[in-house]
Amino acid sequence: MTSHTLRATRPAPPAPGGRPGLNQRRLPRWAPAATAAVSVALGIGIGLAAGLESRVQWGLIAALLFLAISYGVTSAVENRRQAKDRLATSVVWVCFLLAVVPLLSLIWVTLSRGVKVLDGYFLTHSMAGVPGFETGGGVYHALIGTLEQVGLATLVSAPIGLLTAVYLVEYGRGALARAVTFFVDVMTGIPSIVAGLFILSIMLIAGLQPSGLMGALALAILMVPVVVRSTEEMLKLVPNELREAALALGVPKWRVILKVVIPTAIGGITTGVMLAVARIAGETAPILLLVFGSQLINSNPFDGAQSSLPFYIWEQYRVGSEASYDRAWAAALVLIAFVMILNLVARGIARWKAPKTGR
Amino acid sequence: MAKRIDVSGLSAYYGSHKAIDDISMTVEPRSVTAFIGPSGCGKSTFLRTLNRMHEVTPGGRVEGKVMLDDENLYGSSVDPVAVRRTVGMVFQRPNPFPTMSIFDNVAAGLRLNGSYRKNQLAEIVERSLRGANLWNEVKDRLNKPGSGLSGGQQQRLCIARAIAVEPDVLLMDEPCSALDPISTLAIEDLISELKERFTIVIVTHNMQQAARVSDRTAFFNLAAVGQPGKLIEIDETERIFANPSVQATEDYISGRFG
Repeated sequence: MTSHTLRATRPAPPAPGGRPGLNQRRLPRWAPAATAAVSVALGIGIGLAAGLESRVQWGLIAALLFLAISYGVTSAVENRRQAKDRLATSVVWVCFLLAVVPLLSLIWVTLSRGVKVLDGYFLTHSMAGVPGFETGGGVYHALIGTLEQVGLATLVSAPIGLLTAVYLVEYGRGALARAVTFFVDVMTGIPSIVAGLFILSIMLIAGLQPSGLMGALALAILMVPVVVRSTEEMLKLVPNELREAALALGVPKWRVILKVVIPTAIGGITTGVMLAVARIAGETAPILLLVFGSQLINSNPFDGAQSSLPFYIWEQYRVGSEASYDRAWAAALVLIAFVMILNLVARGIARWKAPKTGR
Repeated sequence: MAKRIDVSGLSAYYGSHKAIDDISMTVEPRSVTAFIGPSGCGKSTFLRTLNRMHEVTPGGRVEGKVMLDDENLYGSSVDPVAVRRTVGMVFQRPNPFPTMSIFDNVAAGLRLNGSYRKNQLAEIVERSLRGANLWNEVKDRLNKPGSGLSGGQQQRLCIARAIAVEPDVLLMDEPCSALDPISTLAIEDLISELKERFTIVIVTHNMQQAARVSDRTAFFNLAAVGQPGKLIEIDETERIFANPSVQATEDYISGRFG
């Protein structure tokens, strides 16, 4: 009975023999690789033939050819549905390459130009007494400056951000929480130069001198919203059941947050803070306004001008001599390595602290 | 120290929605009381009002009186945190703390309350794990994470965690619904042992389970979806299952509706 009604309402089967069989023509597994090779070869060929100078154009032609060929071949050999599937997969691959190629090229250029003067001497000496257009000198004063300014900014902003996120997730209800969320969102969009000008105006009103601390305060303004956002997301991921389990044991709410909620999320929170650090480590504008820059080693962030890695890069590149270009690239490499090490440390902490599932 | 619970005129709300209406009942000490009834009839909500967990839900609020022996849990000078130390709870899904080892999970209640002596801790943990019939299975891996245990073991770990703080009453919200029959049997045996020391209230969808483990059974029902749940009757389990005094109870138990 049921089968009759079903048959009546369904469209007629495609072939008299019922559905097509389970066995259909398939492209071999190496087909995508072959398509890619053919399109790259064609891209280079077309580029050479048309006399296009930019390799980027060659690459884009190859990418478009890859999409077109994989769709065409698949729809000819297999069917339309498979072709759409293959097209979507190919788009994902092309986008991945488009995203990765600039990154790799950036790392490659920085590495190849930066290693020229990067050595122990470079890392342990300042620019004191070195004229900008001559070789020699180093990045030590800028490295010290970056470490201290970023460290101070983290000390200021991590507790504020963490506590704000705890408030938003665990306590915040109603108008105040909505207002806090709104202003955190607004703060995320503050350009770094504006944060710098804000601290600069305070500095001028209060009659203070440029110092590492002033720069760190501007960096902290930039860092707080990032920390709040990432911590908030991590705290939201902690299952409510864990909070209830702890509450049902007669644990006060503040201890539940301190001993159960935050430890469960600590890996993600650390990663979030480290990413925020990585973001502000490359800021130049507030340093320019508030830390003033220096050629000398000043390890006291509370008094006097300091340098920092991004500032140093800008300064050296501005000099415009061969030696200063080399120093700028080496400092860029140091900055990238610094951020990368922070990232690795954060991942290590996240893995070490992550809830364990082993038996 | 098992205690008697005396509920009178209790209603619970989620915001403006009334979830349970005017419930009065007595839960006897050193016995197992089972709550049965269709989904959404307010069994779990009612259970959570017995240790003031209901108000943890945003918008949750309660009217009425819950007397634990001679103290009103909803008295104006009562600290909900103190109530939850006296009335423990085991949840539907096993929820061991993922950052803690088996030992730390059981010790969590004492440690987080700060109410223990260090040299007693190991002893209390062993006693609680033995109490939950889990000691022999985990004694060699107390430092391993609690989330590495099987579902049934995790649930017994949660029971050990709940009894480690020596509550007077133990509330169980469908403790076996996520477990296989063998683990369920282990928990049911455990409940029969625990009732020597605690007052136990258990919510269950499994009527055989209610018949097996409980001394008294309460049947909850609701008139229609969106209406508040009500207590239909509470009586000795044998009478509820053999000869209930309300027709709706008999219909529900014999599977004639729902």
